[in-house]
Amino acid sequence: MRAYVPEYDLEAPKTLDDILRLLAREPGVWKPIAGGTDLMVLFEAGQLRHRNLLSLSRIPELRGITASETYVTLGALTTYTEIRQSELMRREFPLLVKAASWTGAVATQNRGTLAGNIANGSPAADSPPALLVYDADVVLLSERDPRWVRYSHFHIGYKINLMEPDEIISHISLPRTTGGCVHYLRKVGTRRAQAISKVALAGLAKVNDGLVEHIRIALGSVAPMPIRCHQTEAVLADRMLDRAAIEDAKAAIVAEISPIDDIRSTAEYRKRVTVNLLDEFLTGLLT
Amino acid sequence: MSRWRRPLAKLRIELHVNGHKHHVEAYPMARLLDVLREQLGLTGTKEGCGEGECGACAVVLDGELVNSCLVPVLQVDGREILSIEGLPSDGHLHPLQEAFAEAGGTQCGICTPGMILASYQLLKLHPHPTEEQIREGLAGNLCRCTGYQKIFDAVKQASQRAAGD
Amino acid sequence: MFQTVGQPVPRKEGREKVTGQAKYVDDLTFPGMLMGATVRSPVARGRIRSIEFPNGLPWEQFTIVTAKDIPGQNSVALISDDQPYLADGFVNHPEEPVVLLAHPDKYLVEKARQVVRLDIDPLPAVFGIEESLAKEHIIWGEDNILKAFAIEKGNVESVWAEAAHVIEGEFRTGAQEQLYIETNGMIASASPENGITIWGSMQCPYYVHKALLKAFPLAPEKIRVIQMETGGGFGGKEDYPSMLAGHAALLAWKSGRPVKMVYDRAEDLAATTKRHPSRTRIRTGVTEEGKLLGQDIEFVLDGGAYATLSAVVLSRGAIHAAGPYQCPNVRIRSSAVATNAPPHGAFRGFGAPQSIFAMERHMDQVARAVGLAPEELRRRNFLHTGETTATRQVIREKVNLEQLLDRALDLADYHAKTKVFTEQNQRSRMKRGIGFASFMHGAGFTGSGERYLQSVAGLEALADGRVRILASSTEIGQGTNTILAQIVAETLGINYDHVEIPRPDTNEVPNSGPTVASRTCMVVGKLLESAAIGLKQTLTKAGLLDEDYSSGEFADACARYAERFGPLKSYCQYEAPPGIHWDDESYSGDAYGAFAWAVYVAEVSVDTVTCEITVDDFVALQEVGRVIHPVLAAGQIEGGVAQGIGYALFENVVWKNGRMANSQMTNYIMPTSVDVPRIRVYFEETPYEYGPLGAKGIGELPIDGPAPAVLNAIENAIGLAVNEIPLMPEMLMRARERGNVPVEAAVG
Repeated sequence: MRAYVPEYDLEAPKTLDDILRLLAREPGVWKPIAGGTDLMVLFEAGQLRHRNLLSLSRIPELRGITASETYVTLGALTTYTEIRQSELMRREFPLLVKAASWTGAVATQNRGTLAGNIANGSPAADSPPALLVYDADVVLLSERDPRWVRYSHFHIGYKINLMEPDEIISHISLPRTTGGCVHYLRKVGTRRAQAISKVALAGLAKVNDGLVEHIRIALGSVAPMPIRCHQTEAVLADRMLDRAAIEDAKAAIVAEISPIDDIRSTAEYRKRVTVNLLDEFLTGLLT
Repeated sequence: MSRWRRPLAKLRIELHVNGHKHHVEAYPMARLLDVLREQLGLTGTKEGCGEGECGACAVVLDGELVNSCLVPVLQVDGREILSIEGLPSDGHLHPLQEAFAEAGGTQCGICTPGMILASYQLLKLHPHPTEEQIREGLAGNLCRCTGYQKIFDAVKQASQRAAGD
Repeated sequence: MFQTVGQPVPRKEGREKVTGQAKYVDDLTFPGMLMGATVRSPVARGRIRSIEFPNGLPWEQFTIVTAKDIPGQNSVALISDDQPYLADGFVNHPEEPVVLLAHPDKYLVEKARQVVRLDIDPLPAVFGIEESLAKEHIIWGEDNILKAFAIEKGNVESVWAEAAHVIEGEFRTGAQEQLYIETNGMIASASPENGITIWGSMQCPYYVHKALLKAFPLAPEKIRVIQMETGGGFGGKEDYPSMLAGHAALLAWKSGRPVKMVYDRAEDLAATTKRHPSRTRIRTGVTEEGKLLGQDIEFVLDGGAYATLSAVVLSRGAIHAAGPYQCPNVRIRSSAVATNAPPHGAFRGFGAPQSIFAMERHMDQVARAVGLAPEELRRRNFLHTGETTATRQVIREKVNLEQLLDRALDLADYHAKTKVFTEQNQRSRMKRGIGFASFMHGAGFTGSGERYLQSVAGLEALADGRVRILASSTEIGQGTNTILAQIVAETLGINYDHVEIPRPDTNEVPNSGPTVASRTCMVVGKLLESAAIGLKQTLTKAGLLDEDYSSGEFADACARYAERFGPLKSYCQYEAPPGIHWDDESYSGDAYGAFAWAVYVAEVSVDTVTCEITVDDFVALQEVGRVIHPVLAAGQIEGGVAQGIGYALFENVVWKNGRMANSQMTNYIMPTSVDVPRIRVYFEETPYEYGPLGAKGIGELPIDGPAPAVLNAIENAIGLAVNEIPLMPEMLMRARERGNVPVEAAVG
């Protein structure tokens, strides 16, 4: 345990206004913390730069899964367990449920939050590929006007996102357009449970009589941030899905990724597995 | 290394642990694990990794299994915690404790408190779990001694004994 | 049949463990206790220029210890005494301890540890076996060789000309971390007047005692070592505790206060011992029918920066290298070499997992080269009673490896599955395979080791008829407390509940030797069995007990003895079984009193999309003399197999300049509950004459078999020979691209 605990301040305001006011008054000083399953690990490794933490745990507005006709809305503090237990999520956004079940294990899932996962910004995070293929939006709150941001624009670099220092994530919105689609998500980790992802591929597709009507492909752990594979999608969109198309898509996806060698895996492995997972996804659509 | 910062003051925090109310003076970012062990003397909860990987520090917080090494104590102000010492037992051992002791589910014992609480939570969710459900429910609790086989047996045994509860 | 032995009696300390009442070292606090921390070298090798304590911290509140504060010898006593407690002038590995700090505030002592600056002039460092053997830089002794010797039987050079096939292979194993879930920890209270008391997590209280004796000017009776409940050891707490106890004692000595030092996981991973990495080269000559003519084995271990236990790890590894086969000509040239990594140490198996991995992979490849099924090659070469091992030990016990092999393959449905998999693999992207390993593991210290230890264990009969065990053997999860109590209860014919076994405290118990080497049941159990017989005889000779007696009569006899004569204790000291001869000079003779014999079968599937490998089924069949406790014995096998699967497929130490870069549990991967299959355990019993009730040792056996069985299964699944572990998917994918195939060396 390598943090000097006495010099860390943690405040837990009771209202959203209190939170936003503090952030506005002292931008860059306060680091929001929800379940702590990422930040506390950094903290204990002695690597948490911020000395002032702002707990969001008491804010009721940030909780809950709600639905309108067109959107399902997940409060920032929605935990992985809540996602897994939601009948609605299981029905319409099964990839997020899968990702949630693969994030850490039960104890992590009870505390970890969806907003925390994306704010932490690890390129290996489990939820982002699913969020990307589901065309998620993120709503950011501050004392200024709220901002709606496409999740696909949220990350702009390695662990850098476009949030301002006075903003928090309010909720994540998912358009209810997944009906009739084939959902695919596969994570390759260091073991079968409680594993950091080496490669993860999410796919969402609607193929009608062999024609690709809708295609979304996203990847984790093969770039400085989670990515949508726009070029690969472009190769496939409105095209007849056959072997040639699949091969073209595989060539395209290689050009979209920039995997590295790191403590868990190699660039070469990540590249090959990316291609193999895409092949598995697309070949599955042929049948 | 940044300049030396003066330590902040400790705060008064109320915890309900194993059915008893406690007040502790603690730094807000003190780990719940350390508060339980050092200030309440409840040393049954163990530290194995400090990273939320091994589950040896698992406790039940407001009815949910959490890794207490990753919980800042300020966040549990006013909340209910169950540690291994508080496992409901009616004066005897809880069926899970009995089963772990009999079926070889405990060897060196260091993972056992967390493993038993994880099993306790699992049985609340799945009173008659399949082996796959047991494996998945315990995937966050690492055991180096047993190879897990007799932990699965212990959970099954406990679920059969507790049938009808 | 037996009353207690063979029964699943309750674990002695089970209740404490399941209620969270069991006391591990970090559960203890003492009034006025300080917390200790260690400042360690950031570089692999260099000269220490200065140690700086930057402004801004209240250094006057700290106790600070460096090498010059050591009152006795600055070396951790083990075999050769080359490892210092604290680096003095030079550092030889990353994480080498240099400065110790203590302070009442655990947060502040950690902060201080992070700011102390070591100014070190780097020197060229050596990493890995090849660099050490290249001798471009000499970092230890004259030639970087910590230990070297050869085992020779017959004349291996004579076989190449006549052999029908000559097959060569090279096999490599990586470091492996013991990963006990409880990290290393010690508490010390120390002063010149009162001596030293140590409470801690450890396997060998008397090793710690011996080590402190060298570092402090105290008489032996002024040093007291107490083992607390220990959360796993697996060898990782065999010698390292001596280092940590010394550190805690040094801080206690200087400060006059009790000092607790408990490592966090990152420190424990980076700084403490690992399994020795190995490189084995084997050259085998066989007849046309596949009979072994000669085996030339070169076995090299990476020992890290100091000698510590490398000589004995090398010894056990070398002796196990030739496997359970009869071969008239064998040469095993073994060496342990120094590198600038933290010294490697004991881990269950102790050299044997490394050499057995090589031999069992090699035998499958020999079979392929000769055109025999792997099981047929084994059958044609298995040892039988009366035949000799590589050290020319005559196998005196009854052994039937052919039958063991047949039974294991049958239990695993090996033949049927082989056929089915071959068929299915053609049509599936999941390739399935099945493979086995046949092996043995010697129990007890090698050769003259047990004689050298001269272990003593005893019993005390209390006035109420309870019997107390007096032994320094430690419970570390494996069941020491329970099985030793069973053996004593069985021998005395009394109730298991009437035998107690207190926590090992060097003030209270004799030195029954370290809790290592699969010796606790077989050697210490035997001592206690003899002590129990001695106890009975004393009571009988005193006219207090008949030949046949009840529990109640035994209790009466103890009471009357106590009244008339005072305390009744019965000790027994180790004596080698008759006919055991070992020659240290020529490294030949009876290496072990007994071997346990095993065949393990692994079934795997390889997902060719990702090259992830899953073990789907595992059969572990072993002959062990006598099963003292069925649940504990199976638990040993299951736990060892899980560790062996980790060794084969998951546990990768990533080295960067001699330091473990993945020193977090997030990145050092051990199997979870979803990563291991059901492990099916079967025992056979051929009682060993000199084991307690016939029992042999089994602690290490189960970790020898899984890695070769799994890799043999993988080769069966995908037709590629990979000879290195851990076999990560990345490596398998590379091998598939390159199309690894086994190579047969040309004859002549």
